[in-house]
Amino acid sequence: MTTIHEENNKLTPQPKRRSLDFFLRWEWLLVALIIVVILVNSQLSPYFLNLRNMMRATSDYMEMGLMMLPMVFIIITGNIDLSVASTLAMCASLLGYLHIQGVNIWIAALAALLLGVLGGALNGYLIARVKLPALVVTLGTYAFYRGIAYGLLGDQAATGYPPAFTFLGQGTLGAIRFPLSAVLFIICAIIFGLVLHKFTFGRYLYAIGNSEEAVRYSGVSVARVKMIIFILSGFMSALAGVVIAARFGSTRPDVGTGLELSVITATVLGGINIFGGSGTMIGAILALLLIGLMRFGMGLVNVQGQVQSIAIGLLLIFSILLPNAARQLSRRGLQIQRGTAVSALVMLALGGFFIWFFFWSRIPVLNQ
Amino acid sequence: MTEDVNEQVPIIQMRDISKSFSGVHALKNVRMEVFPGEVHALLGENGAGKSTLIKTMTGVYQPDSGEILLHGVPLRFSGPRHAQQQGIGAIYQEPSLFPDLDIAENIMAGRQPTRSGRVDWRAVYREAQNMLQQLGVGLDPHLKARNLSVAQQQTVEIARALSLNAQLLIMDEPTSSLTLTEVEELFRIIRQLRQSGTAVIFISHRLEELFAVADRVTILRDGQYVGTRAMSGVKTEDLIQMMVGRQVNELFPKQEAPLGDTRLEVQGLTLSGKFADVSFALHAGEILGVAGLIGAGRTDLARALFGIQPAQSGTIKIDGTAVEIRSAQQAMAQGLGFVPEDRQHHGLVLPMSIADNITLPILPRYASAGWLHAKKAKRDASAAAQRLEVKSAGIAQKAKELSGGNQQKVVLAKWLETQPRILILDEPTRGIDVGTKAAVHQLMSNLANQGVAILMISSELPEILGMSDRILVMREGRITGEFMRAEATQEKLMAAATAVSPDKSEEN
Repeated sequence: MTTIHEENNKLTPQPKRRSLDFFLRWEWLLVALIIVVILVNSQLSPYFLNLRNMMRATSDYMEMGLMMLPMVFIIITGNIDLSVASTLAMCASLLGYLHIQGVNIWIAALAALLLGVLGGALNGYLIARVKLPALVVTLGTYAFYRGIAYGLLGDQAATGYPPAFTFLGQGTLGAIRFPLSAVLFIICAIIFGLVLHKFTFGRYLYAIGNSEEAVRYSGVSVARVKMIIFILSGFMSALAGVVIAARFGSTRPDVGTGLELSVITATVLGGINIFGGSGTMIGAILALLLIGLMRFGMGLVNVQGQVQSIAIGLLLIFSILLPNAARQLSRRGLQIQRGTAVSALVMLALGGFFIWFFFWSRIPVLNQ
Repeated sequence: MTEDVNEQVPIIQMRDISKSFSGVHALKNVRMEVFPGEVHALLGENGAGKSTLIKTMTGVYQPDSGEILLHGVPLRFSGPRHAQQQGIGAIYQEPSLFPDLDIAENIMAGRQPTRSGRVDWRAVYREAQNMLQQLGVGLDPHLKARNLSVAQQQTVEIARALSLNAQLLIMDEPTSSLTLTEVEELFRIIRQLRQSGTAVIFISHRLEELFAVADRVTILRDGQYVGTRAMSGVKTEDLIQMMVGRQVNELFPKQEAPLGDTRLEVQGLTLSGKFADVSFALHAGEILGVAGLIGAGRTDLARALFGIQPAQSGTIKIDGTAVEIRSAQQAMAQGLGFVPEDRQHHGLVLPMSIADNITLPILPRYASAGWLHAKKAKRDASAAAQRLEVKSAGIAQKAKELSGGNQQKVVLAKWLETQPRILILDEPTRGIDVGTKAAVHQLMSNLANQGVAILMISSELPEILGMSDRILVMREGRITGEFMRAEATQEKLMAAATAVSPDKSEEN
C-alpha cells in the first residue's frame, strides 16, 4: 500500500516539471532573441536579409566559433582559457614567419597547428599537473604567447600567401557563396557537440564541473581530462589562426587582439555556466549566431564599433542574470518568491533597457 | 575555589534540554550546571551530543524543550550574538581569527573605541595590551594573527572573549593541535581564569588532561545525561565505563564467513603529519574495523590506500604482490573500492542523476570508441539501485534530492558496480536512519560472505564491535591496538584510542 502511494506521489509532479524545464531552457530564449534581432534588423535595413551579405559576414565569426568549441568544454569543467586569441596570433605568426623564410605553406600550417598543441599542452600541464588556477595560468600565457607572436614577426606583416591557401579562408561554395570556413566550423561543431553530449568524455566534463573531488574519488583521471581539453583549445586556436591568416591573406602579430573575450562572451551567453557544470553546445552556437547577427545588423546601419561593444556587453550581463532567475523559477516550480520577483524585475528592466538601447543606437541613422 | 561551589548560584544551568534533528534525538533530557570559578569538563564519545549541547549554550541551536538558566534566570537565546552579549564565549579547535589583522584588531574587532567618529587606535592597543596582561601573556598586540601559532591564536581568542566580559568560556577540544608545552601554558591560563571567577567548560578526549585541569566532569552518552562527578573522586576506568557503558545490541549482525587468503597487506605505511608506520593484513571475507577518535589518521589511511593522497613510504601488497597505488585509477585497477566519509563532496556528484553517479567509475564499460551507450548504462544503474532498494522518483532523479540514507545507498551501489575485491568503507552509516543502517550492515555481511575483504572505519563503537571480525585502533596516526572480535570491549577500545602516548612530545 505504502509503496504504491509513494510512487503515485512521486511520479505525478515529474512530467509537469519536465515540460516546464523544457520551455524554460535558455536555448529557447536565444532563439527568441535571434528572431527579434532578425525582425528588427530587417525593418531597419533592406540589405540585412540579403543572403550574400550575410554569408560574407559569417566568415568574420568562424575563427571565434572554432575557438569557442573547446572553450565550451573548458568552461563546463569550471576552468577558463584566456590565452586562445594569443595562441591564435602566435600560431598565425609562426605560419607567416615560416612563409617568409620560404617554407612550404602547408608545412608551415602544420607547424602552426603543432605549436598550438604545444601551447595548449603547456596550459594543461600547469593547470592539471601543477594544479595552478586556470585563470592565472592562461592570463600568463595570454601575454606570453602574444609576446612570441611579436617576437616572430616584429612590426612587419607576412603577406603573399598562395591562392590555394587563402582559398581556405576566402573560398565559398555554391551560388549562395557559403564560406568554406563555415563548413569547417560546422564539421567541428558537430564533432564537439557529439563528444559533449554523446561520449563518455562529455559526461566527465559535466561531472568535473559539478564536483571535481567526487570525480577524483570515482577513479577518473581529472588531470588527464583537463590536459586534453586545454590541448584541444590550443589546437583549435591554432586552426583558427590558420583560417584567419588565410582569410586576411596576411598576418600581423596583433591579429585577433581581444578575441578571447568575445569567445568567452559567446560561451557564457550560450548558457554555459561560468562556474561549470551545465550548458549545451547548441546554446553556445546559438549565442554565436546571435552576436554575429547583432553586430552585422548594427554594422549595416553604421552603428559605431564601440556602441556595438556596449550592446554586446549589456547582453552578456543580461545573459548571466537571466539564467539564474530562470533556474530559480524552475527549481521552485513557478512559486513566486521575493527573490524571484526581484530578479524578474531586474531582468525586465535590463531587457527593456537593452531593447531601448538597441533602437536608440540607430536613431542617428533613422533620422537621416 | 572549588569547595563551596554548591552554595553559589550557577552561571549557567541547563535543565532537561532536548534537541532532535529530523526525528533523531541528538540530546534527550540533558542537564548540566556550571558555577563561577569552576572548570567543568564535558566528556563523551563522538556523536554523544557534546557539540549539540555546546551549540544550545552558545545560541546556535534552540532547544526543543527544557530551559536554560543564566545566573538563575530563565532565558532564551535568540542567536549566537545574544549569547555572547550574555557573557558566554566559545573557543573552538580551529581558531577563527582574521589572519591579516593584528592581535589588537582581532581582540577589538567590531567594537573599536572611537573618538569623534574615527577609530581611536591608541585605545585599541591599550585595551588589547590590558587583556593580554591579565592573562599573563607577553604577546605584542601589533603582531599579525597569520604569524601566530595555533596556541597563540587561541590565547588571542580567549582575550577577545574576556574583553567581551565572558563569564563562561567554552573550549571545544582546544588542546587537540597543541604541543605539550603549549597545553601546559593553556592550563596555566585556564587556572588563572578560574582564580578570577570565570567558569570554563573544557572538552577533550584526553582523559589525563581532564584530571590535570578540571574540577568536575559531566558525561554524555548517546545524547543522554549519564552523570556528573568531581574529578578528585573518580578514576579513569570509571570515566570510560560511564562514557561507553551500554549494551551492544544485535543490530549489527556479522555472519560468520570463512576467512580466505590475505588480500591486502600493508607494511610501514607512512604519510608525515597524518599517519606513521601502519602495518596490517586484511583477508578475503573479513571485516576489519578501524576504531579511533576523529583526527586519529584513519581517513587519511583510507585515502592513501585508495591513492587519493598516496603514502610517502611503506609497501602495499595485494594478493601477495607488491603494488604501487599513486592514484584512484590505479587503486580501482587493483580491485579496490572506497566509500568515502563525506558523501556530499567525495561520494557523489550531487547535481547529477542517480544513474550518472552509479556509472561514473565504470563509464568506459559502456563506451565503444568513446561513444556512450547511455541506455545500457541507465539500465544497469537502475538494476543496481533496485538491488540496494534506493527510494527515489526514478533513476534520473538528482542525487542531491535524496535523503542521506538513500544517498549512501547510491554511493554503495556505485562501488558495488565496480565489483571490488577490497572495499574500504569510511563511516558507512554516519547520519543515516536506523533502517538503512541495518540494511547497510546486512549488505556488508553479505559481501564478506562472497569473499570481499572489507576495511571499515567507524567512530561508532557498537558498529565496530558488532560488525568486525578484527579491530584495529588508531591514535595520533599510529595503530595502538589490535583486538579479535571475541576479546574486544568498548572499554579496551576506548583505552587504546585515548591513552596518552609516551612519545608525544617527540612527535610534536
